[in-house]
Amino acid sequence: MIELKGLTKVFDTGKARLTAVDHVDLTVPAGEIFGIIGYSGAGKSTLIRLLNGLEKPSEGSVEINGQNITAISGPKLRKARQKVSMIFQHFNLLWSRTVRENIEFPLEIAGVGKEERRKRSAELIELVGLEGRESAYPAQLSGGQKQRVGIARALANDPEVLLCDEATSALDPQTTDAILELLVDINKRLGLTIVLITHEMHVIRKICHRVAVMEGGRVVELGEVLHVFQHPKETITKRFVAQVTETEDSAETVRHLREQYPEGQLVKLIFVGDQAEQPILTQLIREYTVEVNIVHGNISHTQRGAYGTLILQLKGPAEEISKALAFLGAHDVQTEVMGDA
Amino acid sequence: MLETLFPNVDWADMWEATLETIYMTAMSTFFTFVIGLVLGIVLFLTAPNQLWANKIVNWLTGAFVNIFRSIPFIILIILLIPFTKFLIGSIRGPNAALPALIIGAAPFYARMVLIALKEIDKGVIEAARSMGATTWTIIRKVLLPESKPALISGITVTAIALVGYTAMAGIIGAGGLGTLAFLDGFQRSREDVTLMATIAILIIVFVVQFIGDFLTGKADKR
Repeated sequence: MIELKGLTKVFDTGKARLTAVDHVDLTVPAGEIFGIIGYSGAGKSTLIRLLNGLEKPSEGSVEINGQNITAISGPKLRKARQKVSMIFQHFNLLWSRTVRENIEFPLEIAGVGKEERRKRSAELIELVGLEGRESAYPAQLSGGQKQRVGIARALANDPEVLLCDEATSALDPQTTDAILELLVDINKRLGLTIVLITHEMHVIRKICHRVAVMEGGRVVELGEVLHVFQHPKETITKRFVAQVTETEDSAETVRHLREQYPEGQLVKLIFVGDQAEQPILTQLIREYTVEVNIVHGNISHTQRGAYGTLILQLKGPAEEISKALAFLGAHDVQTEVMGDA
Repeated sequence: MLETLFPNVDWADMWEATLETIYMTAMSTFFTFVIGLVLGIVLFLTAPNQLWANKIVNWLTGAFVNIFRSIPFIILIILLIPFTKFLIGSIRGPNAALPALIIGAAPFYARMVLIALKEIDKGVIEAARSMGATTWTIIRKVLLPESKPALISGITVTAIALVGYTAMAGIIGAGGLGTLAFLDGFQRSREDVTLMATIAILIIVFVVQFIGDFLTGKADKR
């Protein structure tokens, strides 16, 4: 478990004081994949570096599995870092070492013997799917392969926590998904707690259980990913959610849709969790004399269920339409009438 | 054929002088490498925001390096005569040239080491820190291996400069090809001796450059 209490980091450059992290309180239970999202300059990079003592806080504390990271230094801190490992946006591999030697590096630091190192690196190479590439140098690998080496290296000393610093931001969408799947797999298999920072909502949606939204050094919104997707409160959160759901809400789009579908009624349905997988629409069509035309649809899968929006054009007698809407409401589907034609 | 082209060259003397030059270059390159490396690492690690950030040490090391790098070599030799006498017991012969050669070249190489270390991706050092590495481990396993090609090409350039310095030291009696070219060639107006000494120096330089390039290429896995 990770506990941050009143965590604050002020950079004093002599001329100006910059509060990068501003009284952050967070608790991340063991085994969770916790995401921190924010634009650059929001303080998320500093926050993640406070977790393994790469930065010292100005105020507050970081406790990881009962150990206060902010209170220790020297050999104790170095020892603790072996259990809180990190992967990076630009991988940060040693180009002078092969894949195997890079993975063995943290083991050398931990003082593990040569034979044991060989054994462990072979296991890790298999875990991240790099068999056959152990003697390659980083320069010979693709971005995704480099990040796999980074992950294997981070796992070498059996950490309890894995910190991901924009780990997929330098990768193309396909490779990003493969790396994210690997992270979920590791989380499930090893029970590792993962804290990741990103500016891509896609990453949060895909693998995180909970998310914190950061702005100006503060956590402005916090909650279950599904819940945040469903009810984003802050403007910044709405912008991040819009990155992936693209709910076409703007007045412009609504007007455009109404022009395109002038008859009947346009209704936006929001499905959350289990409902997204139930045959609610089939039932609706069977039981009410309304004509249903699907105008736009979008389903996002998160770690704790799906979240989807569907825009329908309903045609038929007005009372049937209102009955149909009541039916949807009874099934916990949020509906939003987008205006009569 | 050689006798007609180089009538005044005493080949035994020429060979001995060549060996002396190689000896002076090799010894001074070795010590320059060690001292320059230490100075360069200290300069790098004591700079602001680095692992050993320390204004005073950084300033002192920087001042030492800059002063000795700025003194023209021929003047440095003269300035160091008392020091050399104390250290070696004489100011003549190849060994007497070594203190001046090393003190002249090590600061030069220290600057190159600093440049090489600055080229290392900061992220890699951060990664090593995040794994719990000590500064000593970072020096041994990150800084040195990651800057190896630049360190080797730097010492190659320095070694070649040192070949030139040995020739200058030769003028004040250090021995080697410089002494031969100056005393036997210039002062006795035997141009063929000067020419042959020059050719020998060129061969040494080419060989050093070739070895340096080969090792740099081998070390670079980027």
